[in-house]
Amino acid sequence: MQTKQHHSDSNRPLADATLLACADCDLLQRLPEVPSGASVRCPRCDKELWRHKPDSFNRTFALTLAAAVLYVVANTVPMLGLHAVGREAFTTVVGGAAQLWNNGQQIVAGLVLFAAVISPALQISFLLVIVIGGSREQPPAWVGLMLRHLEFTRTWSMIEVMLLGVLVALTKIADYATVVIGTAFYALFALVILLATIQSCFDPREIWERVAWAEADARRPVDKKIIAEVTT
Amino acid sequence: MEHGLQTCHGCGLLSRPTPGAEENFCPRCDEELVFRKPKSLERTLAYLIAAAVCYVPANLLPVMTTTTAGGSESDTIMQGVVLLWSPTGWPLSLIVLFASIMIPSAKILALLYLVISVKRGSIKNNAQRVQLYRMVEIIGRWSMVDVFVDTFTVSLIQLQPLMAVTPGPGLFFFAAVVVLTMLAVESFDPRLIWDSANAKEIQDEVQNA
Repeated sequence: MQTKQHHSDSNRPLADATLLACADCDLLQRLPEVPSGASVRCPRCDKELWRHKPDSFNRTFALTLAAAVLYVVANTVPMLGLHAVGREAFTTVVGGAAQLWNNGQQIVAGLVLFAAVISPALQISFLLVIVIGGSREQPPAWVGLMLRHLEFTRTWSMIEVMLLGVLVALTKIADYATVVIGTAFYALFALVILLATIQSCFDPREIWERVAWAEADARRPVDKKIIAEVTT
Repeated sequence: MEHGLQTCHGCGLLSRPTPGAEENFCPRCDEELVFRKPKSLERTLAYLIAAAVCYVPANLLPVMTTTTAGGSESDTIMQGVVLLWSPTGWPLSLIVLFASIMIPSAKILALLYLVISVKRGSIKNNAQRVQLYRMVEIIGRWSMVDVFVDTFTVSLIQLQPLMAVTPGPGLFFFAAVVVLTMLAVESFDPRLIWDSANAKEIQDEVQNA
């Protein structure tokens, strides 16, 4: 990881900051003025290029704090319980992975732990760092580092998939035993909704525009040549 | 790419490479920049082949073994779907059928089609192909559902010596299919879909000039 080390071969930014290339089809285009709440799509492949989300920062801040609290609750109290033949059993999310580990499925247990516990934890803590660092007028470069890896944690964080799995497992088990849904299940359910809401409120572009650049001296764009090339 | 500009995969900034530089880095977020994901088609294809190989034992080997006083019984994913089928459980049964059997196979076939069509330089149905890619990207994660079903069934039903559920060898292969197909999606660069059409356009312009 190169955070402090500067590259002499860093790319040069363009003078026109509204120019962008579509991530899905690479069509070069200029981002128009977008009214709050509206979005712009790529004319060629229909990819959403940007949605101007109102009050993005404050909403993300509040929701992320709530998500952090829920996450802690969801992983400390039991998620599922079972009563059968005079016995009781409870499990947490981590407990589920641990049981798999003890049954010789270490790799799958690791995957479950990664998708249901570690990735969501990373996702929420990255978001926390981003909103805390992002509250400064010029967020430091490490905010950018977190933003850059946020997408990865989002891809692998699968709480919503896990809840569906839990529901199916409960239906199966209901034939043999009485199942009890624990507090963590509801906390996780609320967490899924919160994370989805954060996704619809959070505008990374707004932070990217303020963040400190890795190449601080490149910040003032001077590449006029490409502007001429593109506009003609 | 035709303009010699690179988009940062990390922050989205568009920038121009410094002439003579051997490697390119984003001036804003310091991510290493490339025009296209390196060896995208080869890597996607490799993951797909691995996923297809794992798909066979994932469906043939049992994912769960239930041991009761009367003996033990092993279930594959498909048997799990059938077991779940009941007057009340059929919607969940259908969900598992979709998530565990149809999505993984559809994903492998869809990505295979994308890789082959790009390799053959197809310039048709670009918009539909990129839509297909996005669908695969969104739906793919849901095939993890069966891994979680088995995890929590195993962790709850531990009523030795009356009844206990242990994970079967199929579970590992099934999880491998899910992870490998997700990595295949990640390695594929959707911009490749448009490159053949762009190249042809430039070629036509040159010929017309």
